[in-house]
Amino acid sequence: MSWPLGRYMKWAMDPVSDDREGRSRAGRLFERVAGRLGREQLDWKRYVIAVLGFNAVMFVVCFAILALQQRLPLNPDGLGAIEGSLIFNTVASFTSNTNLQHYSGEATMSYLSQLAALMWLQFVSAATGIAALTALARGLAGRAKMGNFFIDVQRATFFVLLPLALSVGTLFALGGVPMTLEGAAHVTTLEGAEQIIARGPVAAFVAIKQVGTNGGGFFGPNCTHPFENPTFWTNAIAMVAILLIPMASVWMFGRIIRRPRHAAIVFVVMLGFLFVKIAGAVWFEQSPTQAFANLPIEQSSGNLEGKELRLGATTGPLWAVLTTSTSNGSVGAMHDSLSPMTGLFPMVGMWLNATFGGVGVGMINMFIYIILAVFIAGMMVGRTPEYLNRRVEAREVKLAVLAMLAHAFFTLGGTAIFAATPWGTEALNNMGAHGFSEMLYEFSSAAANNGSGFEGLGDNTPPWNIATGVVMLLARFIPIILPLAIAGSLAAKKPTAQSTGTLGVEDGTFALILTGVIVIIGALTFFPAAALGPIVEHLQFMV
Amino acid sequence: MQTLLASLRITAATMLVCVVGYVAIIRGTAQLLVPESANGSLLTDAAGTTVGSRLIAQSFERPSYFWPRPSACGYNAAGAAGSNKSPTSDDLTQRASTTVGRFGASADRPLPADLAAASGGGLDPHITLEAVRYQVTRVAAARTVSEKSVNDIIDRLAFSPGGPFTPDRLINVLELNLALDAELPSNSIDYRTPSAASAQ
Repeated sequence: MSWPLGRYMKWAMDPVSDDREGRSRAGRLFERVAGRLGREQLDWKRYVIAVLGFNAVMFVVCFAILALQQRLPLNPDGLGAIEGSLIFNTVASFTSNTNLQHYSGEATMSYLSQLAALMWLQFVSAATGIAALTALARGLAGRAKMGNFFIDVQRATFFVLLPLALSVGTLFALGGVPMTLEGAAHVTTLEGAEQIIARGPVAAFVAIKQVGTNGGGFFGPNCTHPFENPTFWTNAIAMVAILLIPMASVWMFGRIIRRPRHAAIVFVVMLGFLFVKIAGAVWFEQSPTQAFANLPIEQSSGNLEGKELRLGATTGPLWAVLTTSTSNGSVGAMHDSLSPMTGLFPMVGMWLNATFGGVGVGMINMFIYIILAVFIAGMMVGRTPEYLNRRVEAREVKLAVLAMLAHAFFTLGGTAIFAATPWGTEALNNMGAHGFSEMLYEFSSAAANNGSGFEGLGDNTPPWNIATGVVMLLARFIPIILPLAIAGSLAAKKPTAQSTGTLGVEDGTFALILTGVIVIIGALTFFPAAALGPIVEHLQFMV
Repeated sequence: MQTLLASLRITAATMLVCVVGYVAIIRGTAQLLVPESANGSLLTDAAGTTVGSRLIAQSFERPSYFWPRPSACGYNAAGAAGSNKSPTSDDLTQRASTTVGRFGASADRPLPADLAAASGGGLDPHITLEAVRYQVTRVAAARTVSEKSVNDIIDRLAFSPGGPFTPDRLINVLELNLALDAELPSNSIDYRTPSAASAQ
């Protein structure tokens, strides 16, 4: 399914070369919306400025909506003002396509905040990612100008995200997800107690959350809530929707650079990592709940804490891997309650963040690994490294290493600071190694722009809100700016002729080198931290 | 300056289409085709009173009703949450031993795991068929009806959530208890106080 979508996305995002006619009417409309700037072709620096400018506007508009929600309409349940650092964290989180949530949707956000601020950001932040990948691919294809962000972001929103969200949202609504603007239902239960049942425009919100690898839930417990995910079938649709655009992004990239075989190799490597993580997580999750071991409880069905019965037994670990491999961050089971080693696989997904990764940006992260792989392989055989007929030299590699280190620095540095201070230790829901995992997970999630969490962590405090908010913003824009800079620098070079000595990027050897680089650089950086958290807990309790 | 202007114009355009238009289309479709689930799958009892949602668990403590899975949020449907406890946590052991006591489970008659483990959102409306069978004796005795009559209702309501993909069968607890009240009314009393019923 991702392959035809990738083909469609290439047409939708980068129509210049093959579809001048079909483009014209919509293209003119987009140019009119964007104003005078819409007709220009931008180089990489001006493209980056446009990305940052638009994202700054997104941030400010949504900050204002959240800060004023108690005075604005569409608030049937009369929810009050939101605390300042929480607003900062939430807006940073949704602007950066992370959707880390330090609040509980049904208890905090009015329908206007949910729809006009958070759901809108889920569209345009995902569109920003797709636009950035398109620009990167154009640069790598050797074009001096990377296109126009203001046109690209509209194309991504209206041609890619909107049709998909509409179809998925309609399916969700037909599958039983509520879609109403009425406030909570007040009912009297069979035993005579009063129950307030929060509801709302859930189907529309959840659809774009999955399609755009956003992951921010309408309700606190995300897709474990029966209103977000009422049946086995909505669950299946959601898991497909999570993977769809990240997979298609790879094909789109291949088509724009005109190297579909290269894209296929990258796709296979990504898929390989995905399968290994799924197999590992599902296998470890079969062990029963350790805490119930000495009680008269029949546990043949595995660990059920934090899981929903209607979604089926493997949904927990399977969804956990999908959601973290793709930078989505919605959850189909509570990750905090996964078995210790199962909980490690989502973290690995976030540390690599490129084995499919978020919409657009996943392939951008993979591009960093590709540059390093090409460089290392070139050094090993003693040839000047080349990528797509352009020489990869010191400047490009420096930028790539910088992007790589930033990710590790935010994850590990943040965890270290909070683990050593009361900011972190007072927020824990579980003690010992699992508590360390809670903090490690939170910063991994922020730095990978993922958004899932070991939600036991009491993270709605000013230090957590501000620290993770800043990390999310930096971790979003650094890995967009640096790769565009690399592509700009590559595009400015003279193409070299392909010779027999050139390292091919379209064969099995390259796939192996790329896999090796991802394992060694991506995974081993984080191994010591993994050993302190999930692995210790596993050895302590599970064997 | 031009960047700002272009950004503001795109903001307005995307807000109009992706918020106003998008929500209107999905809401219109949902309210037209599936109004019942679009408003939260609310259920009414024989008297027409709204008693809850098919998708949302509610608390049951009386012996004449089937009991749902434990809830980390006290079945608060306006603030759902899971326990977020590690499966190695002592807190879980303590919570589960209380549950085990409440059901009177023993080594000869171990409790099905879904009745001991809290769900992700604390509002899981289902329990497994085994977990229902586990409670039949208690419910039938409290209603002074035969176990067979209760089992007949259970067999009618059990379903496979994923058809051929999921071998296990589940039951919706609220629907089951509503069916019990309608077909095998407890001889004793209607538990709902008049004031609570008339408040609707």
